Amino acid sequence: MKLLIKNGMVIDPGQKFESRADVLVVDGKIAEVKPGIAAAGAQVIEASGKMVVPGLIDIHTHLREPGHEEAETIASGTRAAAHGGITTILCMPNTHPPIDNAPAVEFILLKAQKEGIVNVFPIGCVTKGSMGEELAEIGVLKRTGVVAISDDGNPVMNSQVMRRALQYAKMFKLPVISHCEDRNLTKNGVMNAGYTSTSLGLRGIPRQGEEVMVSRDIMLAELTGGFLHIAHVSTAGSVDLIRQAKKKNIQVTAETCPHYFTLTDDVVKNYDTNTKMSPPLRGAADVAAIKEGLRDGTIDCICTDHAPHTEEGKNKEYDLAPFGIIGLETMLGLVVTELIETKVLSWSEAIAKMTILPATLFNLAGRGTFKIGYHADITIIDPKKEYAYTAADFKSKSKNSPFIGRVLRGFPEITIVGGTVVWPAPMKP
Amino acid sequence: MFNHKDLLDLEHLDKKEIELILETAKPFKSMFTRSIKKVPTLRGKTVVNLFYEPSTRTRTSFEIASKRLSADVVNVAVANSSVVKGESLIDTGKVLEAMKADFIIIRHSLAGAPAILARNLNARIINAGDGFHEHPTQGLLDMYTILEKKKRIAGLKVLLVGDILHSRVAKSNIWALKKMGADVRVVGPPTLIPPAIEDFGVKVFYDLDEALKDVDVINILRIQLERQQDNLFPSVHEYVALYQMNGDRLRLAKHDVLIMHPGPMNRGIEISSEVADSAAAVINEQVTNGIAVRMAVLYLLSGQKDKI
Amino acid sequence: MAEMHDAIKVVMTKEEISRTVKRLAAEIVEKHGNVKNLVIIGIQTRGVHLARRIINEMVAAQLTPSADDVAFGKLDITLYRDDISTISTTPLIRETEIPFDITDKKIILVDDVVFTGRSIRAAMDELMDFGRPRSIELAVLVDRGHRELPIEPNYVGKKFVTAREESISVELEEVDGQDRIVLKTISSGDAHV
Repeated sequence: MKLLIKNGMVIDPGQKFESRADVLVVDGKIAEVKPGIAAAGAQVIEASGKMVVPGLIDIHTHLREPGHEEAETIASGTRAAAHGGITTILCMPNTHPPIDNAPAVEFILLKAQKEGIVNVFPIGCVTKGSMGEELAEIGVLKRTGVVAISDDGNPVMNSQVMRRALQYAKMFKLPVISHCEDRNLTKNGVMNAGYTSTSLGLRGIPRQGEEVMVSRDIMLAELTGGFLHIAHVSTAGSVDLIRQAKKKNIQVTAETCPHYFTLTDDVVKNYDTNTKMSPPLRGAADVAAIKEGLRDGTIDCICTDHAPHTEEGKNKEYDLAPFGIIGLETMLGLVVTELIETKVLSWSEAIAKMTILPATLFNLAGRGTFKIGYHADITIIDPKKEYAYTAADFKSKSKNSPFIGRVLRGFPEITIVGGTVVWPAPMKP
Repeated sequence: MFNHKDLLDLEHLDKKEIELILETAKPFKSMFTRSIKKVPTLRGKTVVNLFYEPSTRTRTSFEIASKRLSADVVNVAVANSSVVKGESLIDTGKVLEAMKADFIIIRHSLAGAPAILARNLNARIINAGDGFHEHPTQGLLDMYTILEKKKRIAGLKVLLVGDILHSRVAKSNIWALKKMGADVRVVGPPTLIPPAIEDFGVKVFYDLDEALKDVDVINILRIQLERQQDNLFPSVHEYVALYQMNGDRLRLAKHDVLIMHPGPMNRGIEISSEVADSAAAVINEQVTNGIAVRMAVLYLLSGQKDKI
Repeated sequence: MAEMHDAIKVVMTKEEISRTVKRLAAEIVEKHGNVKNLVIIGIQTRGVHLARRIINEMVAAQLTPSADDVAFGKLDITLYRDDISTISTTPLIRETEIPFDITDKKIILVDDVVFTGRSIRAAMDELMDFGRPRSIELAVLVDRGHRELPIEPNYVGKKFVTAREESISVELEEVDGQDRIVLKTISSGDAHV
């Protein structure tokens, strides 16, 4: 089985490669990357004018299965990923029941193998039942296949528990992904605290609700030498704390999501619950700081925090609607439109944050770059194509996106997983 | 003229529209002294008072306003517990619309509930208070009362006292007063002052004695005693000591100051009886004016324009 | 191209209006003998000004010693209109001022034009909510026909035979800056093709 992608602009930050070249795939693996490859009998994809990049990796997805299959399943979520140019997803364990034991991990892996169309790597719980009290069997989880641990959705409120988690997970080189939120400070809050929350009469979530926890966790990382990864950074203060920690060589990495570098809290003004997520949308200064953090490398990865919720769940009073928005299908377009075209990041810098960096941080062997023999996960992007999605365009079961109708450029034209085209392709739900 | 389907807030009304409502309220108020206090204007129309929070004053005021316009009024009281558990707000609204409600007047404990109904229904929606957001008709009746007593609003100094953070009345007052050109001050403990309130163009005080100097109007907000459990103030005793509007403080104010309170009053807590019953207090006029203002709002919304 | 243009014709001048108001004042006093128990109520807006003029004429003709002897009121009928729920924007409500008890009074209702009769119906209903007058009579400057209700004026300035689609507008100095009555014929350009 040979596949030849011809004449594309290959951008592979992992090999510091950025040039017009052909990519040859043999039996699902990268065989060669250079201009003018001749391969008899290969299926050819003409990619002139297109960007050919290592398959995008989303390190923060909620697949909702098991427990909330009405919002998303592994089958539908991986199709949404493929549609968004994403070839690998790391799925969060806050399902029902949560992924805090080996059989649960096996269920995800098995389901993904049977019904998924992109690579799925589970993340396990930090604590049993994500309750924040007793450590989950982190060693067993690791052996079963988790690539990180997190109680995402909930913070680990007890500092001693977080300390032990970082300390213990260190021996497996497992990153602990921290959802940084001091629940006492954020109690009952539904949006960023500020002018808009006051005018709408919605309870505010101060930035410090996140930052207090970011600083605590950095201190615990320093104390333990554990691998701390800060999830969904949303404030200027968090960026600054992480930047200082990195300067002190504390083992900390960070991610942010497209909505935190695109939207500010004033979009909440019609009580549109598709603007409700945790952490909440912040102010313009925060958006600027997030971009700066991406630019100077403080923020390592860009991910989706894809959080599907049903129409029934979201179409209600702002206070009662759940937190979260979908993001798998809009990440690439938002990165291209809001970061690359605006010159915040170069193509190579932006692609690195969705390929080689996450692959390295989460030890995803054989992925994230076009090394010979690596898995042939490839995303082909039309950088110029302009598009806008309607709710019906999304392959995700849920449609809770604030980006419906937004004009994007940078279209994921073809998504290839292990040498097989998964988008566009006949997509069975 | 008045080009709105609903009245959800005062934030999105301009000065001219507020003035039109106040002007329209005048002929309605003059009706109240007649023996027949009723006109046939909304005959055959159905007004539903959909109240998710207990309220005697506002509900009765809207009921009387509707009846004086000859509309049929139905009161629907929904227990607060069913906000979370029961039928969804949108479904409840659709049921009322299927029953041909022309107006839905909604009081809800959550901000934005009237906006959700307005987005989903053709019936005219009037916000009778939503969470900590706004209480537009209260803001309007306060404007009417100030205008009636002081003959102007522009240039007046108006002080709002107490729990600004949780007060929809404060929010509607601030919007209307600022649009009408008043100089607005708020006073309360920092824990009860909402974020970024200075950006609304109001001046923040913590000391009531200092804040009330030279003001023309003092609007005293009701303090919810359960706020104390959230550590927003240490005790009722301390709140009374720092923020009760009492006789001594009234004597520090201008001799012709107006004392207002949206009700229901906690006598002896945010306001002393001496002040509530003083000549400066216009609290009962506020109630009377509330009916006229609500009639004006119902009347102005009753046109058929933009009925989708 | 269909083009709308209005043909305007002045059908009554300032002098004619003035003479007519005088005559109406005289007729009212003649019928009632004196102004005692008489209440003159103008319908907003132009009816109010005509009512005032009628009272002034009564004084000028020494039919009554002073304008204060004639009870005068203003009536806004907006809230009693029968079409309020069908019009797009609710009209501005003007002042209604009847600062006395009308029970057992003889009311002269004054309006500029009587057309379908619906405004007069609304005015009468409104008056009934103020009390029980002894009688209500109607004085108008113009009767243009096309009644839809069994209502007839008691005192008429001038009758015009008009088409349904024509419009009569009474312009008064107090409101419009000049006194005149114009007839507008609304026709579409198509008619001339």
